[in-house]
Amino acid sequence: MKKIIIALALLALPGLTLASGEGGYPLAKAPIDPHDQPSLQRGAKLFVNYCMGCHSLDYQRYNRMGRDIGLTDEQVKDNLIFTGAKVGDTMKNAMPKADAKRWFGVTPPDLTVIARSRGVDYLYNYLQTFYKDPTRPFGVNNVVFPNAGMPHVLWELQGMQEPVYTVHKDAAGTEVKTITGFKLTQPGSLSPPEFKEAMADLTNFLAYVGEPIKLERQRIGIWVLLFLALATVVFYLLKKEYWKDVH
Amino acid sequence: MANTQGTTGLVGWIDERFPLTKMMREHLTEYYAPKNFNFWYFFGGLAILVLVNQILTGIWLTMNYKPAAADAFASVEYIMRDVDWGWLLRYMHSTGASAFFIVIYLHMFRALIYGSYKKPRELIWLFGVVIFLALMAEAFMGYLLPWGQMSFWGAQVIINLFSAIPVIGPDLSVWIRGDYVVSDVTLNRFFSLHVIALPLVLLGLVVAHIIALHEVGSNNPDGVEIKKVKGKDGKPLDGIPFHPYYTVKDLLGTMVFLIFFALIIFFMPEMGGYFLEHPNFDPADPMKTPPHIAPVWYFTPFYAILRAVPSFAGTQVWGVLAMGGAIVMLFFLPWLDRSPVKSIRYRGLAFKLVLAAFIISFLILGYLGALPTTPERTTLAQICSFIYFGFFFALPILPAIEKTKPVPERVTK
Repeated sequence: MKKIIIALALLALPGLTLASGEGGYPLAKAPIDPHDQPSLQRGAKLFVNYCMGCHSLDYQRYNRMGRDIGLTDEQVKDNLIFTGAKVGDTMKNAMPKADAKRWFGVTPPDLTVIARSRGVDYLYNYLQTFYKDPTRPFGVNNVVFPNAGMPHVLWELQGMQEPVYTVHKDAAGTEVKTITGFKLTQPGSLSPPEFKEAMADLTNFLAYVGEPIKLERQRIGIWVLLFLALATVVFYLLKKEYWKDVH
Repeated sequence: MANTQGTTGLVGWIDERFPLTKMMREHLTEYYAPKNFNFWYFFGGLAILVLVNQILTGIWLTMNYKPAAADAFASVEYIMRDVDWGWLLRYMHSTGASAFFIVIYLHMFRALIYGSYKKPRELIWLFGVVIFLALMAEAFMGYLLPWGQMSFWGAQVIINLFSAIPVIGPDLSVWIRGDYVVSDVTLNRFFSLHVIALPLVLLGLVVAHIIALHEVGSNNPDGVEIKKVKGKDGKPLDGIPFHPYYTVKDLLGTMVFLIFFALIIFFMPEMGGYFLEHPNFDPADPMKTPPHIAPVWYFTPFYAILRAVPSFAGTQVWGVLAMGGAIVMLFFLPWLDRSPVKSIRYRGLAFKLVLAAFIISFLILGYLGALPTTPERTTLAQICSFIYFGFFFALPILPAIEKTKPVPERVTK
């Protein structure tokens, strides 16, 4: 019994993760499902149409993506490749990095493993919290990533929103203005619930791209654990048999 | 024709030329281990298992990894995506690194509670501490290889520590890096040290550790010497042959360990950002310092000690000395602990309290070392560092106030 408690305590030790944006804005949980292939396909479509002009997926191959999210090579070629790349190529874009740096101040990062470095909740909220801010170069700011260098490329889908501030006093008694919500001032082509769902699809896709092997690894893991459990029983009986004569 | 071992045939032929059967007997079938080993005695064998895992997965990772600043990050993702089973090799290796430290820390804890470092096992302990040091170097250099943000900035911070050493410091840190900042040159040499130099040192030390152990025989939870009470056949009455008894028992322990190991590899390879840190999925960028640089969890206790010591007389070398001292103290343990009683089972309350304080302070330091500093956390880290070192200074004076229990002649159940 004591052994089991120790073992469980050891396993539970590093069970903590962080979940809050840089600006302290509370992050909503991303409602994503790696098994939902239609969602992944919609996410891929959004990515190649809206993100890929600036952001590459340098380590992700088109055909691997197609295979994993339920598309044939032909479907991938006809619908998702705009650059003249071959279906076995990685998903690079045509934007020269040096030019990009001049245009945006920073080179738009490669997004292959962005879901693993930032977390899916960060991405899901970041994509939805651009707001109108005339002081910024592109006229928009973001609450999850304050002063982000990225323009609001999805504005025609989401429309444009303005921040709703709440004023409260901090410990020192000075008034602090924090953004606690948004109000849509110019509607986009998608309704707010539709946009939310689209961003879940896009986040789902980026989570897939971060680790394409994830589902396969979990599937194999079940068999490995079953095998080890069986082996444990066998070795337990073997040990018991050998140790019968130790007193 | 029988030889001195009484073997014939092929084995006999070998035995006349190489001590095959002799070694089998000395180290396995006629190596007598105490029959009362408990849970804590699994971790030495498990450490060897993890070492073998690291070496084998490391060999195959090396076949596809590229130790160059321009290619390293991409080659790791190539292994994760395009190399058949590459993801499994990588997760086995990254999880193995953390597992190595878990197993070694528990193995060292065992030595502490049962007094396994005491006469006549001082050399086993010394070899062990050197193994621990080599393992830390090995892990530190390996962590640079994925060339992520934490790889880069973690290495930058740690190598910069050397520049705090008076006079030679700045030159020394440049000599280690081979450059003025961590760069392609540093990555290349760390790769060389990680895959060749340190594994060779580790293997040699492990062999020395085991030879020293088999020379004097294993300690046990009662801390009694089983060699003192022998039967008519000259074999220890409380000893059983390592093979088959402990080989089958260790096989069972190995399976249980592998269940936990597989759980992490297949279901939580990042272990919540502790085994694979999230910022390390951003490629190394020398122009962008991360807001918070945390070493991997197994270094955090020592990192917390480093940060707890304030700079003094215009230099920060004191923190570096304290961090080094935290490990150096371990070398003196066999001579600092002067109690003739080995096992915690027969030691007094004073020792139990001192040891508990030491372990708790070590765990708190590990927790603090992973967090950004605040004045309160620094104070707590200073208190814990004080307790950490206090343990070593308390040991020599303990026998004066400690009431130990009588140690039995034979092992108990």
